[in-house]
Amino acid sequence: MSMKYFIIGAASAALLTACGGNGPEIVETPSEATQAVSQSSRSQDIRVVGSSTVYPFSTKVAQEFKNKTGFNVVVESTGSGGGHKLFCEGVDDSTADVTNSSRRQKKSEFDLCASNGVDEIIEVQIGFDGIVIANAIDAAPIDMSLKDVYLGLAKDVPTSDTDCTMQPNPYTTWADINPALPASKIEVFGPPPTSGTRDAFVEIAMEGGAKKIACMADLRKADKKAFGTLAHTIREDGYWIDGGENDNALVQTLVNTPSAIGVFGYSFLDQNTDKIKGATIDGAKVTFENIANGTYPVSRSLYFYVKSAHIGQTPGLKEFALEFTSEQASGPGGYLEEIGLVPLPDAERAKVRSAVENLTAYRQ
Amino acid sequence: MESKSIHNSEFAHKRLKKRYGKERRFRMWGVAAICFALASLGWLLFSLVGTGFTAFQQNFMSIEVTLEQSIIDPQNTNDRETLRGANYRRIIQNTMYNQFPDVTERKAKQELFALVSASGATNQIRQMVYNDPSLIGKTIRVTVPTSDQVDQLLKGYIKRDVPESRRKISDQQIAWIDDLKSRKIIKKKFNTILFTNPDSRDPELAGIASAVIGSVMIVLIAFLLALPIGVGSALYLDEFAPKNKFTDLIEININNLAAVPSIVFGLLGLAVFINFIGFQRSIPLVGGMVLALRAFPTIVIATRASLRSVSPAMVDGALSLGASHTQAVFHQKLPLAGPGILTGSIIAMAQVLGETAPLLMIGMVAFVTEIPNSISDPATALPVQIFLWSDSAERAWSERTAAAIIILLVILVMMNGVAIWLRNRLEKRR
Repeated sequence: MSMKYFIIGAASAALLTACGGNGPEIVETPSEATQAVSQSSRSQDIRVVGSSTVYPFSTKVAQEFKNKTGFNVVVESTGSGGGHKLFCEGVDDSTADVTNSSRRQKKSEFDLCASNGVDEIIEVQIGFDGIVIANAIDAAPIDMSLKDVYLGLAKDVPTSDTDCTMQPNPYTTWADINPALPASKIEVFGPPPTSGTRDAFVEIAMEGGAKKIACMADLRKADKKAFGTLAHTIREDGYWIDGGENDNALVQTLVNTPSAIGVFGYSFLDQNTDKIKGATIDGAKVTFENIANGTYPVSRSLYFYVKSAHIGQTPGLKEFALEFTSEQASGPGGYLEEIGLVPLPDAERAKVRSAVENLTAYRQ
Repeated sequence: MESKSIHNSEFAHKRLKKRYGKERRFRMWGVAAICFALASLGWLLFSLVGTGFTAFQQNFMSIEVTLEQSIIDPQNTNDRETLRGANYRRIIQNTMYNQFPDVTERKAKQELFALVSASGATNQIRQMVYNDPSLIGKTIRVTVPTSDQVDQLLKGYIKRDVPESRRKISDQQIAWIDDLKSRKIIKKKFNTILFTNPDSRDPELAGIASAVIGSVMIVLIAFLLALPIGVGSALYLDEFAPKNKFTDLIEININNLAAVPSIVFGLLGLAVFINFIGFQRSIPLVGGMVLALRAFPTIVIATRASLRSVSPAMVDGALSLGASHTQAVFHQKLPLAGPGILTGSIIAMAQVLGETAPLLMIGMVAFVTEIPNSISDPATALPVQIFLWSDSAERAWSERTAAAIIILLVILVMMNGVAIWLRNRLEKRR
């Protein structure tokens, strides 16, 4: 009996809250929370959004900074594009203080920011990230040029060095392009189009390779847009395979398929030197030093952007930016280098740091 | 007598045999399907546990640390902020160098320092000094995690036999590690860090505490919102609403809602709760509200199904004894449907617990340094944490990812277990 009453009671209570009583129930939770939000000191957390490539470095700084100063930092991984969008929403308290980016802010994003009142932005370059072309450790080493990369992966390629009549990519093995390369089938696993690493690979490696072809270089002078489209379009006939966003899975794929080649960020090579090895590009081995001094051609700069309007408003924001640019963090031997960031040359870092100290806004 | 009827002709026997054969084959297919499902599940569990179980233990280093005044607070200010910002890294470096006093070369010293979890050790003594400044000048013994590389080597994930150039840990470091291990300075212990710490960038310091608390908050909020609304809507639609085109439309829409990809709820939450109402990003309150929307159709459908499965005789009996329709529904029908509703709701909550996609839109795919104290503190959820860990480069993350998945599965199994237990209990008491 008692159980029955219990069930009836519970059920009718549920119903009451659902129909009559749901007014207080539902309204109450948010209003309580609004109160909490409005009076909460936690709304003053430092809010970082943006690139998933910069995320590991940003979180490391966030953690060290929290330990040293007690300020909370919330780092979201939204991708570079998503980050700029959130960052440029406006200057009020609830918007992001910092956005990470694995490329420079685009003109369109800068303008969007300005139109929403975010006109004072400090640009901070934190270092470099190499993009690696790698294969399984036991497979034949690869030594290719950017031109080989372009010819192997573009959708349409010139008929010859001097004749830029485009033809659908006819190459099926690497040896077709360059007899010095292995005669294995072209099979490249790379990041999907949504990834910043893909953008950087296309812009640096593919475009860099296209420029090496004489008639493409002429085309670039004559019609930059047409050149861009040709250089940036990756073939879709099965020789390039979009891997997932998960680079650990990609590493495993390479181990299982020795003939395949993968494209990903340097830190994954650095952590998996027992499983995969990086290709030599244009004669430069992919090493930490070669990325730092620019000999290795496929590397990109990493940035973060600080909203000047929030400095002074969000406690600890300037200190966070200073921590990020400090010698201990992004300097040579700093804790970011330990986890795979290639630091800026000292002079550059000093320049960047003084921009943060003086809150110098950047212009595009 | 030997007349052959249609039932025992040769043709009939053949037909019968064929039918029996068909039935046997059908049963075989059924068994095969179940075996396949079991094998997949077994394989999943085997690979998960195989990778994940090592994460429940971790190598720790027990070291004697001298908290030198000249490094921590040379001016003797005793100011709390000075104490917090002091160079504890130097102290840990000195401690490590003291383990092998004959190491003098800079690179070798760096390698030696790399054996200990730099962030973990510095932060541990930082907290101790900050809480109790009287420790300055004393020598204390602390137990700190080793670096993830050392841990991976000792667990056998980094092979000793691969050439030195192919691993992150040098032959010299391996010699030191073996020496420290024989001196009982490095010991393997149960990994409490995994359960008590919030997320960290360093695998050896990373834990699931903040994610679990975030997930619990989200599930509770979603449950409190979705259950009353879901059960109420189902009751009203089934028992009281007039049957017309409009209620049909509502019913179809609720059923469709159950099939909407969950990321759409995230977009809705972003537009309504964050952009329109103005809640903060990354807070469990918004996560709970978004996932309540996700759970709502499941609860409505489960409730309606269990209401319909109640024998009409019960309601008719009540009505014939003079109960009103409302009384019959609340006193007879709803209690009998209770176990079904409960099971449905708990399954909906298990779905909520496993959701990641909608949380991406409302900013919960995030790194949060603090364990959340309230539903309006930034937080993340367990599946999100698993997703973020699985995408990290360091080798040590793979076992921790698997361990976090095991914990998530255990929680899910427990939730389903509670559902089954409650259902059985309620059905017995009926």
